[in-house]
Amino acid sequence: MLILTCPCCGVTGEETEFHAGGEAHLKRFGPGSSEDQFEEYLFMRENPKGVHFERWRHVNGCGKWFHAARNTVTLEVYGTYAAQTHEPPADLRDKITEKVPGWTWREFQ
Amino acid sequence: MSNIVSALNNKAYADGIAEVREIGLQGMITLRGDLASSAVKSAATSVTGVKMPAPGHANSDGQHGICWMSPDELLVLCPYDAVADTLEKMGKSLAKAHALYVDVSDARAVFELSGPHAREVLAKLVPVDLSPAAFTSGMFRRSRMAQIPAAFWLHAPDSFRIVTFRSNAQYAFDLLKVAAQPGSEVGYFKG
Ligand SMILES: [Zn+2]
Repeated sequence: MLILTCPCCGVTGEETEFHAGGEAHLKRFGPGSSEDQFEEYLFMRENPKGVHFERWRHVNGCGKWFHAARNTVTLEVYGTYAAQTHEPPADLRDKITEKVPGWTWREFQ
Repeated sequence: MSNIVSALNNKAYADGIAEVREIGLQGMITLRGDLASSAVKSAATSVTGVKMPAPGHANSDGQHGICWMSPDELLVLCPYDAVADTLEKMGKSLAKAHALYVDVSDARAVFELSGPHAREVLAKLVPVDLSPAAFTSGMFRRSRMAQIPAAFWLHAPDSFRIVTFRSNAQYAFDLLKVAAQPGSEVGYFKG
């Protein structure tokens, strides 16, 4: 069971009040992109054992989307942050590094 | 003219450890906009006579009230018969603001759950800490009640008001009734 804090309304609730929305920080490729780029965007996903970044929605609460950083092994939630960003905030990345030195996830570390 | 009734027409259950009652017709207006804007704030406060609630809170007085739903949404409560007038007044306040206000009274159902065991009845159904120290008067919470979305606040001591979608009204009533069945006291919140 995950305990998440919604950065939009400030509520801390358990997993069932939220809904997972898939991998975070996907870059959209549409018309004009190569087939490889489009395939990557549409189908290729991380499946890490450890640090992971996801989109979540506070579906039974304020209804807003946000991002969450968590660990798929320990189920620890490192933090949540706004949906309106292309990358995890630096302070959150530092916090994860303290706990999991040397972590990488896609282009982030 | 048709006879307007609420989802369960004031259905009540009083044989359990807490009383469950559908309160009947209640005016409800969804107001969305920038909650920091004075036009939006005054649109809500001027028609209800209550103060603007802090995030995660509700201020209510009888059938009037304002519930904080999300960073850009309020639920404005007023008597059912006053909805049309209230919308018109809000429209004047919001003439120059980017905002949305719509009557949702007939799309929702409102329940009252009351009695000394009201807290533990609701606590059986929602993933929220309802201990007297954690959930206090004035707080407003949107969450889920078993399998349906629900929002609630303490309208009076030991008395919750619970808002659900109208299509879920029967489910919500049955759920509360089961959670309040005789002999089902938990006693967890007793100091
Ligand atoms: Zn939220």
